[in-house]
Amino acid sequence: MKSQTYRTTSRPRRRLLAGLAALPALMALASPVFSAGPPTAEVNTTGLAVTDDTVQVGILHSITGTMAISEIGSVQAEKLAIKQINESGGVLGRQIEFVQEDGASDWPTFAEKTRKLLRQDNVAAIFGCWTSASRKAVLPVMEQFNGMLYYPTFYEGLEQSPNVIYTGQEATQQILAGIDWAVKEKGAKTFYLLGSDYIWPRTSNKIARKHIEKKGLKVVGEEYYPLGHTQFNSVINKIKLRKPDVIFASVVGGSNVAFYKQMKAAGVDFTKESPLLLTISVTEDEIRGIGGENVEGIYASMKYFQSLENPNNEEFVAAFKEAYGDDMVIGDVTQAAYLGPWLWKMAVEKAGSFDIDKIREASPGIEFKKAPEGYVRIHENHHLWSKTRIGRAQTNGQYEVVYETKELMEPDPFPEGYK
Amino acid sequence: MFADYSTTELMSIFAMQGFAGLSLFSVFVLMAMGLAIIFGQMGVINMAHGEFMILGAYTTYLTANLFENYLPGLFAGYFFVAMLLAFLFSAALGAFVEWAMVRHLYRRPLDTLLATWGLSLIMQQAYRSIFGAREVGVELPQWMMGAFQVTDLVQIPINGLFVMIIALSIALAVYLLMFRSGWGRKVRAVVQNRPMAEAVGINTAGVDRATFALGCGIAGVAGSAFTMIGSTGPSSGQAYIVDTFLVVVFGGAQSLIGTIVSAFTISQSQSTMEFFLSGSMAKVLTLLTVVIILMLRPEGLMALKVRR
Repeated sequence: MKSQTYRTTSRPRRRLLAGLAALPALMALASPVFSAGPPTAEVNTTGLAVTDDTVQVGILHSITGTMAISEIGSVQAEKLAIKQINESGGVLGRQIEFVQEDGASDWPTFAEKTRKLLRQDNVAAIFGCWTSASRKAVLPVMEQFNGMLYYPTFYEGLEQSPNVIYTGQEATQQILAGIDWAVKEKGAKTFYLLGSDYIWPRTSNKIARKHIEKKGLKVVGEEYYPLGHTQFNSVINKIKLRKPDVIFASVVGGSNVAFYKQMKAAGVDFTKESPLLLTISVTEDEIRGIGGENVEGIYASMKYFQSLENPNNEEFVAAFKEAYGDDMVIGDVTQAAYLGPWLWKMAVEKAGSFDIDKIREASPGIEFKKAPEGYVRIHENHHLWSKTRIGRAQTNGQYEVVYETKELMEPDPFPEGYK
Repeated sequence: MFADYSTTELMSIFAMQGFAGLSLFSVFVLMAMGLAIIFGQMGVINMAHGEFMILGAYTTYLTANLFENYLPGLFAGYFFVAMLLAFLFSAALGAFVEWAMVRHLYRRPLDTLLATWGLSLIMQQAYRSIFGAREVGVELPQWMMGAFQVTDLVQIPINGLFVMIIALSIALAVYLLMFRSGWGRKVRAVVQNRPMAEAVGINTAGVDRATFALGCGIAGVAGSAFTMIGSTGPSSGQAYIVDTFLVVVFGGAQSLIGTIVSAFTISQSQSTMEFFLSGSMAKVLTLLTVVIILMLRPEGLMALKVRR
């Protein structure tokens, strides 16, 4: 059978085919060589969208719908990082081009767009997702088609995928340091846990409660409100009744605005620190919507604040403002999103290849010394070692950093008791 | 739960909790009034109600900026101007929407549902394109922030009080307009018997347009007031829409008094339950109760008896 098919191709035609096959080689000889990098066949063995002088990556965030509020900062940061990498010579001599897709705040859409990016565009990496729900929707697709996702948001942990690098903090990094600080520096003894009703606040508060009770201190209230809830007067009264030393808040979205405005209106002055409010969900981005005058004096426990004083950050803030305007603010997640393309570039260069499997192998141990937050390193578990800082909100909408952990916090996505 | 507290402490907490319930009540009244007018008087379900509210909120935001930049001396009073403008803009847009879209769909209630839902998506995306996807912060004049210190322990939020006054004034104005004015008589005539109203020379199309505009205008004022207690963003309106429908449907779709009674019942039970249970649980129980009552009384708390 085989020889028969072979014979159906006539001799002249076969010669023509041979000639065609030689064509790319001829063209390559004829055209001037742009890229200084290694030949494409060597660095790309799995059919990704890599040419001799470009490589395609995907950006997948919501730019329409409810989540657009939060995700646009990430898109801006990722584009900025890509631009800077290109200006400094690209990745393995190749300029990065991006395909941007809109997840439209709809989780099935995220999954569908991921499929498109991986199967149709063959992107070498995806920078994207914001909510845990969107990440969970994308995860099976990433694993099925073996892609690599750089996920920027601080999140609840309890996950570790070979196809994701988590550039934000997982819950323990944010929470343990924050509570230790409140206990040690402020002498806190009683805590009131308050959050929006979904997985991240619930898991976070579970971790917080465990840590508080292990220290022999007391949780005097734990409470959740539906997403988008706008009436907090009852809980404010309850807080006044219980008189906790610390309100530990993980309220998100529009509820945040209602919560802080109503706290302020109910005569709670955060600058007096009784009670002290410690949040893990209000970044500089959120303060823009809440209004600086309403959050003055609250504390936030995160890895990054725009006001961090180090040369990397000053450079980053200046570049960000130059690109997007002077009135831009940069929150924790925006900075984490900025790390994504850089960490990917370093992994590719360490591996000497765009192949996903090789990047995965090369990623642990990668250090990024130019990170705006200071210094980060990728852990075996695909999360980042990073410092946690406590910032105090000021009326101008910025945080003043009042404390920072001495050591990098080890990411521990599966804390004791949750396995 | 209360064993460790002194009587005065408990008294003051209950006083503040009572106020919390009343302020939730006025929020509900404000939200629901515009929708109830449109739904009750015209039978149109306006899914874009929340977005009309946000139009009012953005108007307030713009007015605040305008005053801050050009009339800083009058900033303390900008809110009243903002509310007026919010009413006018939302009412004007409402009249336009009625003319361009809703009036073609009067006999097809399900289609108005879809059409106004589409409108709400369009409006959300328009806000996003114009004002950006991020929430904006509306700055309040100093006197509207903070609380009255009634006793050592009892603090009454000023903005809560302010929302309450607005809600009551609007409820009163609507009452006067609907039941004590010639125009209101026409509206009620159209609701009760449209062909007959036409026969006696009432311009029913004009009444429809004015009713729709009035409902939207009130939504605008509500949105303006809510900048004090909530967020102002392209999709913030969505946070209010469920509660709004709940109040209107529970109250009996055709009755403005019903809307007020229902707002009172729901707000009091919710805020009491929120105090004794957790937030999410209180919401679940409230919804459950409403569903059960609606199963027993499908027409809502107060049904208007009309001959059809």
